[in-house]
Order: sequence, then structure tokens, then C-alpha cells
Amino acid sequence: MTLLRFEQVALRRGGRLLFEGLDLALAAGEALQVAGPNGSGKSSLIRLAAGLLKAERGQIERSLAALADDSLALDRELPLQRALSFWGSSPDGAIEALGLAELAPVPVRLLSSGQLKRATLARVAASGAPLWLLDEPLNALDSDGRERLAGLIERHLATGGAVLSASHQPLPGEWRRLELSS
Amino acid sequence: MRALVVREVRRGSSGLAWLPMAFFLLVVALMPFAVGPDARLLSRVGPGALWIAALTAALLPVERLIEPDRVDGVLDQLALHGLAEESIAAAKIFAHWLTFAPLLLIAAVPGAALLAMDGPALAKTELALAIGTPGLAALAVAIAAVTTGLPRAGSLAGLLLLPLAIPLLIFGAANALLLEAAVSLLLTAGAPFVAGAAIRATRT
Repeated sequence: MTLLRFEQVALRRGGRLLFEGLDLALAAGEALQVAGPNGSGKSSLIRLAAGLLKAERGQIERSLAALADDSLALDRELPLQRALSFWGSSPDGAIEALGLAELAPVPVRLLSSGQLKRATLARVAASGAPLWLLDEPLNALDSDGRERLAGLIERHLATGGAVLSASHQPLPGEWRRLELSS
Repeated sequence: MRALVVREVRRGSSGLAWLPMAFFLLVVALMPFAVGPDARLLSRVGPGALWIAALTAALLPVERLIEPDRVDGVLDQLALHGLAEESIAAAKIFAHWLTFAPLLLIAAVPGAALLAMDGPALAKTELALAIGTPGLAALAVAIAAVTTGLPRAGSLAGLLLLPLAIPLLIFGAANALLLEAAVSLLLTAGAPFVAGAAIRATRT
């Protein structure tokens, strides 16, 4: 089953053509890393896949997706557990999987940047969406966080999910690669 | 959608929810200083003064309605959850009205006393305010969406909101309730589409 398909997609940002004629298909159980230098359109491709940007040309089909990028999208005044449960009814498993169990009653505004990154990943994991879109998921994560993320992705792929991740660093696990040139 | 309304009401009623009301009362309290303490004159301009105070108080929350959620990616995440931007705007309008209008109607009671308005005049103004506030809340959310992401969005919002609120002011202060209801309904029905389109247009 294909969870994400790009057909001959072109994207223009600020008058500059970032890429064109891009074909891409992501089936259940597949993980794809988008790599490329700064400014090559990795994040834009993620936002395109999320339906938050419009393609200049081409077709995009996608199933239900969850996105983790630089923005937090969690209410800072709430405890982490309550802030996460706004986005998914049962975030406890995801909180546990990312090692945030002790922080569940702590208000989001008190968390460090690495802990916030884990929280955004927990939001994605708790969403129940089959397609995960991760923009630079390793930023601010420590080695324990990386291991937990790798385990989370492995389990997601094994249960019929798919992951599209933009990163300029190598990601843990088996990834197909898509190079964008600048 | 219900969860969003609950969230918006919680955020709207925590912290500085009383600030627009304090501002409202302050503007009303300026009137006796401006036109003099003559009770007959004050009670004549009373309904109009309450309306002007209500419009200016409606400006204060504009900056917190859309901008924080855009910056923080909440609007993006709501879209990914399959919520149309129009539905997001409608939920925000409803929640904003819930946190804004009841407090305003309560604050109008001491406000009327400051302007030497009698009971029947207060009752008529309260009714007109109750009818007009949905339109005012809708306008505030639409303007917040249109100005989000712009520099000096707060000042710009004032310049945009006040002229658009003039029909509400005219019919509200004149107590033309059916016309007031028509304008309020038009604003409430149209604002979600304006705000939805504006939210989509700010995505980069």
C-alpha cells in the first residue's frame, strides 16, 4: 500500500525553482531520508508532503500524516501529559517510549530543548497516523534520544507505517536516500 | 473541534482575561471627565459611550487570537488533523465570544452607573451588546488572521477593525436591534471564510 506518492512535482519558493520532475513513492514499512545541503528544499519537501505548501506542478497523494518540525505546537502552560493529549487521546505509550515519563506532570515551558524535541516526536508517535514526516529529527537529541527514536521508527515500520525524514546527518537504521541538489 | 473550543476557552479565560474589561471600564470612566458631570447629558450619550468602549476593548485580545498559534505551528498541526481552516476560525470565534462577551455584559453594569444611565436604558444597551458581540468577536478573529505575521500587527488591526465595526456601532447605539442582528449575523457568517483564507495565505 502506498502511503505517499509524488508525481512530477515541482516546487517554487520565493521565485526560485527548488526542484522539478520529482517522483517519489513511499509504501507501508518503508523509510526514506531526504538529504541535501542547506537550502536545497528538504524542509519544503516535508511541508509539501504534509499538504502545508502547494506544489507548482504535479500531483501529491498522501494518507493521514503526522509532522514533527521545529515548531512545538504544545501549550506551554500545561503539563506535558495534558498538552500531548490534546493531539492524541492516549499519549502515555509514546511518553514512555521517548523516556519522558518522569516529565509528564511538568509544564511544557520548563522543558529543555532536547526534551521539547522528544515531546514533538512523542506527539507524532501518539497521533496514530500511518505516515510520519520528520524534519531534522536528530536536532538537539542526545544519544539516548537517538536510540529511542530509532526503536520507535523500527516499531512504526513493522506495524505498517512509513517515515519520510529530512536530515543532513545519517539517521540510525535502514533508510532509502533521496538526494536533493542545490 | 470540541476539544479546540475547550482549549481556546481555557487559554482565553486564563491569565489576563479581565484586561479588556478593565480597559472598557476605564474608557467609560473617562466620559464624565470629557463631557462634564452633568447627569442628563451623560445619560444621553451613555449608550454610545458604552459602545465605543466596547469596540476599543475588543481590540486588546486581537494579537493573542491567531498569532501565537501560527508561530507555534498549532495551525499547521490542526490542518494535518484534517480540520479545515474555516472550522478552526469558527471554533476560535465561538470560544472568543464565550470569553469576551459575558465579561463585557457584566462590566457594562458598573459602566452604566458611571454614566448615570437608568435601568431601562441599561437593559436596552445590554440587549444590543448581546446581539452585537458575536459580530465583534468574529471581526476580531478575522482581523487577527488577516494581520498575523505582519510587523506592527496590533496597530494595523486597530486601523482595520474599527472602520469595519462602524455598522455594529451605528445600529447598536441607535438600538435598531433587527439591523444590529443582521450586521452581526453577516459578520459571524463571513468571518470564518475570511480568516480561513488568510491563515492559508500566511503558510510558507
